[in-house]
Amino acid sequence: MSEQKTESSFLQSVSAVVWKDLTAELRSREIFSAMFVFALLVVLIFNFALELEAGTRASVAAGVLWATFTFAGTLGLNRSMSMEKDRGCLDGLLLAPVDRSAIFFGKMVGNLVFMLIVELVVIPLFSILYNINLIQPGLLLVTLLGSIGYIAVGTLLSAMAVQARTRDILLPILLFPVVIPVVIAAVKASSGYLQGIPMNEITPWLNLLVVYDIIFLTTAWLVFDKVVEE
Amino acid sequence: MIKVQRLVKRFGVKTVLHNLDFQVQEGEFVALMGPNGAGKTTLLRILSSLMKPTYGKISVAGYSLPEQSSHVRSRLGIVSHLPLLYGDLTAEENLRFFGKLYNINNMPNRIGEVLDLIGLMQRKNDLVRTFSRGMQQRLAIGRAILHNPEVLLLDEPHTGLDQDACEMLDQLLKNVAVQGRTVVMTSHDLVRVQDLASRFDVLTKGKVSASISANHLEEDGLITFYRHALEASA
Amino acid sequence: MNKSIDKLKILDVISILLLITATGMVFLYAPVERVMGMVQKVFYFHVSSAWVGMLSFIVAAVAGAVYLKTSKTKWDILSFAAVEIGIVFAIIAICTGSIWARPVWNTWWTWDPRLTTTAIMTLVFIAYLMLRQGMDDPEKRARFGAVYTIIGALSVPLTFLSIRIFRTIHPVVIGAPSATSAAFDMSPRMLQTFLFSLIVWSVVFIALLWHRVRLGTLAHEVEQAKMKLEEI
Repeated sequence: MSEQKTESSFLQSVSAVVWKDLTAELRSREIFSAMFVFALLVVLIFNFALELEAGTRASVAAGVLWATFTFAGTLGLNRSMSMEKDRGCLDGLLLAPVDRSAIFFGKMVGNLVFMLIVELVVIPLFSILYNINLIQPGLLLVTLLGSIGYIAVGTLLSAMAVQARTRDILLPILLFPVVIPVVIAAVKASSGYLQGIPMNEITPWLNLLVVYDIIFLTTAWLVFDKVVEE
Repeated sequence: MIKVQRLVKRFGVKTVLHNLDFQVQEGEFVALMGPNGAGKTTLLRILSSLMKPTYGKISVAGYSLPEQSSHVRSRLGIVSHLPLLYGDLTAEENLRFFGKLYNINNMPNRIGEVLDLIGLMQRKNDLVRTFSRGMQQRLAIGRAILHNPEVLLLDEPHTGLDQDACEMLDQLLKNVAVQGRTVVMTSHDLVRVQDLASRFDVLTKGKVSASISANHLEEDGLITFYRHALEASA
Repeated sequence: MNKSIDKLKILDVISILLLITATGMVFLYAPVERVMGMVQKVFYFHVSSAWVGMLSFIVAAVAGAVYLKTSKTKWDILSFAAVEIGIVFAIIAICTGSIWARPVWNTWWTWDPRLTTTAIMTLVFIAYLMLRQGMDDPEKRARFGAVYTIIGALSVPLTFLSIRIFRTIHPVVIGAPSATSAAFDMSPRMLQTFLFSLIVWSVVFIALLWHRVRLGTLAHEVEQAKMKLEEI
């Protein structure tokens, strides 16, 4: 009976949850493939829906990209939480001597990694299909900042949505209205970088993204155990 | 080891546990029986810190709930009727994950030990979703004892298992899981339970209505005792 | 209980009287605006509705936060009531905004910050209702609702900000000034009418909220009684 009774550190718990999600996903690739295929389909539909001339492409590209990410993201968020809820695994996590917020951050980082991987594949693909170079450091930074905010709110809301009867349709309905600042800022900043607008016009958008990220990471962290406790 | 005093649990206006008093000494194995809706699962969920009580004093392994719940959790092992395991991970990975959460010393050795005890060493690199229900329950028990908890809570662990699997589970419980631990198990299977527990409590309408220790019971006497208890409390 | 019903009845009467007075002021006391004509009078109710909508939103979020802290049902009932009333007024604000915009700027909709934010706020309200509808457990329903009002309350100002920045950097494509800013000078009488409308609609808001909270409390008691009956 001499096992250590101390609790694992916050960081250890978070990395354990992330490791678990990544390992499981590496095996099944369910989340990744669903998000990726969906993203491709959305890009395809936009292609026919918008009939982009070469000239207008640059100004619309960022918008199409973010619309794609916004929609595809909900698939990943839903799936990631459903996995925990359905086999009762969430209970398993709650029974462990770990901080509730560590569970939140673990899930959040896992979701973020999935989303970033999908984005890193879609962006070059998009560049090729539309003959615009999207692989710029500025754009990638914006994508990162925007994804963080999106996933922070998304993880929290998916934890709620997964407990409702109407689980699948509920997440987008809850998420989209509150994630609009991210979409606006990300699209404007991305367009800015693509069109070579002066930095002082782009910085307000970057600032907005950072503010959003901080506000919602903090809020989600504070409020998460209200959402998972019984 | 477990002390529950005047526990009340209400869901809105519905009272599930009425001033429940419940005590378990160190090393006892208590079987909790009762009709559906009597409050067995609720009691277990409160003891495991998953649910908060409405009123009452609870202490498990010397720590009070719900205030010191994370101390309690590190001394508690739970087996439920849901596997609580990740299907896309191997048996070994599942144990490794929970090992990290419970901050176990010397993990590779301990995992090997547990896999041996539950007889799943051969299948340690197989994905849990390929396991039969019986094997999943065995792994669940392995997970529950990984951190050597002082208290073990089992919520209808035989659910969904066939005869052989039940036998294996009971063997595992007797020889491995229960050693030196304080155990509370809920069950509907009176025949199996008589073989395992040292004390039998009947829970009806949110209160313990009857209790008897194993050495006061005759062969197959449990069923009679249970039926009497139900009639008395009706 | 009876005392508060009496107070409520008095408030109802006062609200109705105030509403009649305000309407009278709008049509009889305030002058007709030179450029826009009669349609400008929509402005008085438009801004008041938007104001009430925003007020509801804040009340809902604050009540939600208090509910999370205290777990007392009355705060949840208040939050829910505020959301329901808020939706109505936000929609009124949007519709009146539209009615005003059409003859004046020849468009049914302008994507100006205030109007757009109000629309998004309405969507947040509606999402809140759908969240509640999808939850069976009353305690979780209340808790999740409260969490969402807080998230909504944090994101809507940011939405407003982002659309604002949008408009300052990129000049308005439509070429029309923002529909809800006072694009006309207000004479003293107009100002008085305007302020009076604001007050009147706030009083109406409180009356409606009070009624709705009563309704909510009664509904809650019925639900509890039902659950008790099921037990027997």
